[in-house]
Amino acid sequence: MRDRSLWTWHLAAGLVILVFLGLHMVIMHLEWTIPVSNPAGGEPEDWANVVWRMRSIFFAVTYAVLLGAALYHGFYGLRNVLFELNPGPGLRATINAGLWIVGLGLFGFGAYVALMAPRVAAAMGG
Amino acid sequence: MPEPDVKQVRFRVRRFEPGKDVAPRWEEYAIPAPPGMTVLDGLWKVKELHAPTLAWRSSCRMGICGSCAMLINGRARLACNTQIRELGSDVVAIGPLPNFRIIKDLVPDLFPMFETHRDLSPYLVREDPQEQDDPTGEYWQTPHELERYLQFSYCIKCGCCMAACPTVATDPVYAGPMPLSQAQRYNNDSRDGGFARRREVLAGGRGPWRCHFAGECSRVCPKGVDPAKAIQLMKQDLVFDLLRFRVRRAPAKVVDKPSGTKRPDVPAAPPRTAGR
Repeated sequence: MRDRSLWTWHLAAGLVILVFLGLHMVIMHLEWTIPVSNPAGGEPEDWANVVWRMRSIFFAVTYAVLLGAALYHGFYGLRNVLFELNPGPGLRATINAGLWIVGLGLFGFGAYVALMAPRVAAAMGG
Repeated sequence: MPEPDVKQVRFRVRRFEPGKDVAPRWEEYAIPAPPGMTVLDGLWKVKELHAPTLAWRSSCRMGICGSCAMLINGRARLACNTQIRELGSDVVAIGPLPNFRIIKDLVPDLFPMFETHRDLSPYLVREDPQEQDDPTGEYWQTPHELERYLQFSYCIKCGCCMAACPTVATDPVYAGPMPLSQAQRYNNDSRDGGFARRREVLAGGRGPWRCHFAGECSRVCPKGVDPAKAIQLMKQDLVFDLLRFRVRRAPAKVVDKPSGTKRPDVPAAPPRTAGR
């Protein structure tokens, strides 16, 4: 992929992170929004609220998208840091391939966990 | 007539001759410095009094040609444009521009910079080269369109920005602020139609993507050009182009020269030097 596309995705991932971290703050940390975003009442960490989020397809997809955006954003930054060490063309290609493989592997594992959450919640009687 | 206020200053000059010296070394020379003396004048004095083999590049002596860029007291500057007294120190440390191979002493090898510059087509790319060789009229451009690229056209290609750029220091692939700002200068020109050609280079690793906006290029530019701004505008243009948001426009058309309005105070234009 050409550098222009990589950089554009980096920007897009940053925007996604910004929106979803805002959502995280609303759901988990802001006192005046916690009652609205946690229908079971109490704290966001309470079991009933955790299970409610686990059962939600919206949250499962949100977790997967946030994970993808964070991984891409972070690994693109790591790539830039590594490239500042002035590697040769062969090592650059290896770094690119290595980061894609590790990133996709982590995304696959994390997305599987996020998307399986509704089924797990149902199995646990949530 | 009172004696001019002459001070003794010490020039610490980095000397290096590839093939002869193993590594660069510092040499120190004491010279008299009257008010108004520039670093370039000082180098000539050093050459006259102490070091006849000292090498550097210079030409116009008035900040226009860009030849005498060097590292003066830790900052890339033009030697002809820097007065010794302005530096506020009795010691003037002078080295070649960083981020370039040294040819000898204070002479950097600027060839890679100009090669990259050439790859980015730093000229008006149009489909009417005949009009440029043999103009029949003028390319229409409004003052507002002129403003979009004017400040970038003040670049004298001295290489100060390249020497100050931390990304150029760590990435041999990155084109650097001078070629990129000059590519943007032409991309911003309403008479130009070369965006697609430059995009072939700029969308890849040589483009603006590794710039992390340290801003040193703009800080050191002796002509007040803002290459950092050009690079950010270039990123915006290229991303908008990728997302199909960029407004595509045809290069300015040729219009007839104004006629029928006589301005008695304006002398006649000189004879044409191009074409018929």
